[in-house]
Amino acid sequence: MGILEVKNVNKRFGGLQALGDVNLSVKENSCHAIIGPNGAGKSTLLNCFVGKLIPDTGSVMFDGQSVLGRTPYEINQMGISRVFQTPEIFGDLTVLENMLIACFAKRDGAFRMHAVENMHNERDIVEKAEHMLEEMGMIDQKDDHSASMSRGNKRRLEIAMCLSQDPRLLLLDEPTAGMARADTNNTIDLLKQIKDERDITIAIIEHDMHVVFSLADRITVLAQGTPLVEDDPENIKGNPKVREAYLGEAA
Amino acid sequence: MDVILPQILNGLDKGSAYALIALGLTLIFGTLGVVNFAHGALFMIGAFCSVSLSRILNLSYVTEDPTQTDFLGKPLKVETPYLEAWFGPEFGGALIDWSVPLAILFSIPIMILVGLVMERGLIKHFYKRPHADQILVTFGLAIILQELVRGIYGANPIQTPAPDMFRGSIDFGAMLGFDPNVIIYPYWRMIYFFFSAVVIGGVFAFLQFTTFGMVVRAGMADRETVGLLGINIDRRFTIMFAIAAVVAGWAGVMYAPINAPNYHMGMDFLVLSFVVVVVGGMGSLPGAVAAGFLLGILESFASMTAVKEILDGIDQIIIYLVAIIILLTRPRGLMGKKGVMED
Amino acid sequence: MLGLNKKDTSLLMFVVALSLFAPIILNIFPKDSGFAFFNGGYPDLMQRFAIFGIFAIGFNILFGLTGYLSFGHAAFLGVGSYAAVWMFKLLNYNILPALILSVVVAGLVSVVIGWISLRRSGIYFSILTLAFAQMMYAIAYSDLFGRWMGITLTNGETGLQIYNNDPQILLGNGPTSPHLFGLEMGARKVLSIGPWEFVFPVGYYLCAILLILSFYLSIRIFRSPFGLMLRAIKSNQTRMSYTGLNSKPYTLAAFVISGMYAGLAGGLLAAMDPLAGAERMYWTESGAVVIMTILGGVGTLIGPILGAGTIKYMENIISKMNEKLLHDWFSFLPESLEYAMVWLASWFTGEGWHMTQGVLFMLVIIFLPGGLVQGGQKLASRFRRNKADDTATNATPAE
Repeated sequence: MGILEVKNVNKRFGGLQALGDVNLSVKENSCHAIIGPNGAGKSTLLNCFVGKLIPDTGSVMFDGQSVLGRTPYEINQMGISRVFQTPEIFGDLTVLENMLIACFAKRDGAFRMHAVENMHNERDIVEKAEHMLEEMGMIDQKDDHSASMSRGNKRRLEIAMCLSQDPRLLLLDEPTAGMARADTNNTIDLLKQIKDERDITIAIIEHDMHVVFSLADRITVLAQGTPLVEDDPENIKGNPKVREAYLGEAA
Repeated sequence: MDVILPQILNGLDKGSAYALIALGLTLIFGTLGVVNFAHGALFMIGAFCSVSLSRILNLSYVTEDPTQTDFLGKPLKVETPYLEAWFGPEFGGALIDWSVPLAILFSIPIMILVGLVMERGLIKHFYKRPHADQILVTFGLAIILQELVRGIYGANPIQTPAPDMFRGSIDFGAMLGFDPNVIIYPYWRMIYFFFSAVVIGGVFAFLQFTTFGMVVRAGMADRETVGLLGINIDRRFTIMFAIAAVVAGWAGVMYAPINAPNYHMGMDFLVLSFVVVVVGGMGSLPGAVAAGFLLGILESFASMTAVKEILDGIDQIIIYLVAIIILLTRPRGLMGKKGVMED
Repeated sequence: MLGLNKKDTSLLMFVVALSLFAPIILNIFPKDSGFAFFNGGYPDLMQRFAIFGIFAIGFNILFGLTGYLSFGHAAFLGVGSYAAVWMFKLLNYNILPALILSVVVAGLVSVVIGWISLRRSGIYFSILTLAFAQMMYAIAYSDLFGRWMGITLTNGETGLQIYNNDPQILLGNGPTSPHLFGLEMGARKVLSIGPWEFVFPVGYYLCAILLILSFYLSIRIFRSPFGLMLRAIKSNQTRMSYTGLNSKPYTLAAFVISGMYAGLAGGLLAAMDPLAGAERMYWTESGAVVIMTILGGVGTLIGPILGAGTIKYMENIISKMNEKLLHDWFSFLPESLEYAMVWLASWFTGEGWHMTQGVLFMLVIIFLPGGLVQGGQKLASRFRRNKADDTATNATPAE
């Protein structure tokens, strides 16, 4: 029984079958990659995990509870954090403030009316946020305006925010898309480190095979909205079906 | 029928005005992505085009008529409009009498000029600014235009009559076989409605059947892609702004005989027009027109005596109530498209 | 101090000093001098500074922090005024129950309007609040609810006032004008020092104390975790919800808080002059508070107070400039030029205040979207840089 169980998920957009009979099981404390050519339905599937989309049929269970019909913030509070393709951070705020928000959300839940409470009295939250930044090597930038950082650092901050909430499942949507090689390698190293040091399950959607094979323990190949194969990385590499699915794109 | 029909008819002229203003607002919003709070001012300027032309055509010189005396015993001063002197009393008089319809032509260059200056001079610089800034800067502009008109024309409403031949009313009831004088409807309101219908039809036909219109519609749907095709979308959008200005101006020109123009009529119509646009669905042209007529007619129903006996004064707030209910049940408005102004 | 850091404390002290010494600062010109015209130190105007300062501070909590532009906040101001006058009519002229009811009623109304309007964001939200405010204006202007209930609730066009036959059950032999436990709002002390004359009105000082309290509360909100969440809403709502935060109740809370500030301001207006009229709720009044906030500096602490003060001062001074005064001022010019200048100036003065206001709106939005606070910072940094340049150039030859 995996921590994330996807059963018979179907989703249509008008005449287009975006997802067809998707079955998927993500094991706890593993790194599961979902790959596939453009338009294979990877992002649609991911959006079904986080409450952005509701599938027409089927179920998505996280740790034995259905996530369907819940809002993104409820799903986050269940223990799923999401990293976006283009980093989504609070660009108007400083790096530390970004972290504080994530830490407050973890401690206080979706809403708390702490209107006149003083930030000085929240030492433990501030310490937690700063500790996380230190771990991520960003402590020197804590007072920087987060919008002015490089894309790699924005990604790093976004991941730091997610991690500070101790999620049980971390969803990564093409975490290295649009990055220079150096940034990509840094991000891979960071994710490897996270994977090794924490009790965390990672589900990653990726295009870049280099990233996938450096991280994944298990790979699902999606083609035209349906899982083609699910196997270990070694077996995927030589699988002719996978080659075929990708060939059209390569040609 | 003889209860309902008059209310529908009464709602048509106000509904026409809402529809015309909302149509222009939607065009500007859809093409330029700008929320224009000065659009009501364009409507008001249109109405004052009527006032101005009527004053220009009435320009007179004064002669003394020795055969008559005024109450002081002096020779009576007679004002003769220049037009009557030049073209004879008949044709000249007709021109003066027809000043409001003539103002339709008179207003075109004025509205185009105002529209172009507004877009090129101000709004262009606000495309990339937040909507709040657009709202506020056009709000400021609306105040300035309104104050200019107040400074020139004064604060009181100015009666601007329709041509003589349209001054009476049609007895609709008698035509349909009811008792006479039950359903009567002033000619001019009838004309206003038909005029609006023609203008609205013209705008839609223009957008539907010309290449220019096609590009504009494509640009409304996806500005970037159209821009990538190497089409100068900005220039076309500027022209659309001028067209929207003319449409709002015409709505005002023809409205002058229905309600004597005053300097704050633009602000009064603006809020309701925005409500109309939102109810119709932001960015939807048919929605704007439909909602304009719908709300105009609803307002007229709410002012029926039968309704007033139950809920006195409901006509003052019915539009807002309906708008709120519609927005709660259909958040995108009647015909709003997904993805337009979602955030 | 008081849970504030050093910078915020000095800001608070600045506002305290400004409020307490306003009667002196604003009457800086001797009574008989030519500049006495520019004095603003009379009770009515000073009260307006404080009251609209409160209004703008509250509005800034919503607009400055969350970025939600309400175009209907004047409605809460109006509701607050009506509530206060009703308290005067029913109980007595004590302003305490009146102000409490103002805040409570405005809060309740803003819960309803906010709850509905906040189902949409962006421009839809602005238009929904605008529609609600106009609806409430129409209701108040024709006293719809009163007519439906068969009583006088807002007294329509005339406006709500206090009549001799009102119940006023607690009146007894108490004062017959607004007071706080006997301390009458209309009372004042006049201090004459040589050619100067300073007026210290009780009503103004009450408003000023409430302004200081409002300002203190707003600093606390800005610096609190709640304030951080509100800024997060403005910055990125997607990240907000994927971080496990529900932005709805946060925004609604900000909306209601700012509605209550507006209610307090409305109640104070009635406490200074016990009437209430629908024109206070008209939508251009809502536009005015937006401009006050922006002129001062959206999202800054002190901005709204500066903005409200600047607008109210200009309104007062400019609308009382008349033609005679203008002729006096331009009399040094040749006659034809004098008339031309007076003609030009008369567009912007007296009744032309609205024109000036429109021009001001546009100039601020176009050239100073960050408001006076940002303008001041820019000026200060340029000044500092110049100074630095000076020292640099001075230093070079010395070497």
